Amino acid sequence: MSEPMGQKVLLSSKEINIILHRLACQLLENHLDFKNTVLIGMQPRGTYVAQRLDKILRSAYGVKHIDIGFLDITFYRDDFRRGDKTLSATQTKIDFLVEDKKVVLIDDVLYTGRSIRAALTAIQSFGRPSEIELLTLIDRRFSRHLPIQPNYRGRQVDAINQEKVKVMWEENDGEDAIYLIDR
Amino acid sequence: MSELSVKHLLGIKYLNEKDIQLIFETADNFKEVINRSIKKVPSLRDITIANIFFENSTRTKLSFELAEKRLSADVINFSASQSSVKKGETLIDTVNNILSMKVDMVVMRHPNPGAGIFLSKHVDAAIINAGDGAHEHPTQALLDSYSIRERLGDVSGKKVVIVGDILHSRVALSNIFALKLQGAEVKVCGPRTLLPRYIESLGVGIETDLRKALNWCDVANMLRIQNERLDISYFPTTREYTQQFGVNKTLLNSLEKDIVIMHPGPINRGVEITSDVADSKQSIILDQVENGVAIRMAVMYLLASKIK
Repeated sequence: MSEPMGQKVLLSSKEINIILHRLACQLLENHLDFKNTVLIGMQPRGTYVAQRLDKILRSAYGVKHIDIGFLDITFYRDDFRRGDKTLSATQTKIDFLVEDKKVVLIDDVLYTGRSIRAALTAIQSFGRPSEIELLTLIDRRFSRHLPIQPNYRGRQVDAINQEKVKVMWEENDGEDAIYLIDR
Repeated sequence: MSELSVKHLLGIKYLNEKDIQLIFETADNFKEVINRSIKKVPSLRDITIANIFFENSTRTKLSFELAEKRLSADVINFSASQSSVKKGETLIDTVNNILSMKVDMVVMRHPNPGAGIFLSKHVDAAIINAGDGAHEHPTQALLDSYSIRERLGDVSGKKVVIVGDILHSRVALSNIFALKLQGAEVKVCGPRTLLPRYIESLGVGIETDLRKALNWCDVANMLRIQNERLDISYFPTTREYTQQFGVNKTLLNSLEKDIVIMHPGPINRGVEITSDVADSKQSIILDQVENGVAIRMAVMYLLASKIK
């Protein structure tokens, strides 16, 4: 794999796959048959993680059915009108109520925690969950603006603010890989 | 990420095709929001919107107000009939007084064409035209096109006939602009007296035979006969109008294909369309009303994001 200047591979396809399996097992440990648990992938890029976990849980660990939804948090963000650009929304697709369910919020990178804050508000529009957990593939340590921590983390990363963590997925970007990019 | 090319929504004339697509895509998301059990998002919680209506309105005003509340904006309402306008205050004074209460956006309906444009040049707030005389009613045209897109998949290439009083209709003008911009074919149909003389210059066709028009079209937008605007007699009697330009079930069933029936409301049942047509499966009149809230949420969200 070639590495252009200012870009470093954090995790390879193989490592990502191992981590996803570990996360799937950790979810299984707490949720067993997923009868009362729903997975919510955060738009745009958390949805890939959620779909992969869903697939692994069903194919490798024999879970029969998992409710999975996608949540767009654009209208709940706290930086509306604070940047130069209009915030564009993507699709929210949650075809079930989360009332009294255990919700696992899933995102690719946990950075400031502001998206998760927005998601915690947004999810309430679909009912009152019995509890909410957070799963992130990458946890950027020491960069939180809010007191939010993941229950399940793939890999903890120390990245300085100028750097960006980019998660690529085969189905969207042509490869499974996680890069640390110097902005 | 894209944004609107305009700071105000004064008319469809000032929008481009990309703006319309952006509004529709944003409205798709809001339509999902208003179908949740909790139909509210906090986006505009620090925005105050004044609804200023110098002309009567039920549907549009309710729709705007609901859209504002669903976006968590603070809302103040003002109707000219209960205000100092009757005491002789000018439009700019009235609006500036409202704006000094720190209002960010004004939704205005006014009997004079161009009132919104005038206001946008003189006051510091985002202006949304909710109907200015016989000029434009942009959110209505947007929700009409959005409803066509929802039912038929696309507006481009579709044939739309607008039937009725084209002369006094802001809905017709805004619809013509919006439909042409999206690549639809448009014809107008009505008594000659109610068709503006140079209407073809907007690139629309004229048809005075309703049956021919309906057989040509995919969508018929049936306008209301606005008795309050008819200063002179434009047709002999309402009954004669209905016979020539009203759509009933017999006529609808005798057409070569199933067309979509639209109406901006309020309906004069039995005049421009009969009850069984208004309530038929081909009618998307109530979808239009639902989509109106989503479209107005999208417009206000996109305009508000330009307020700094």
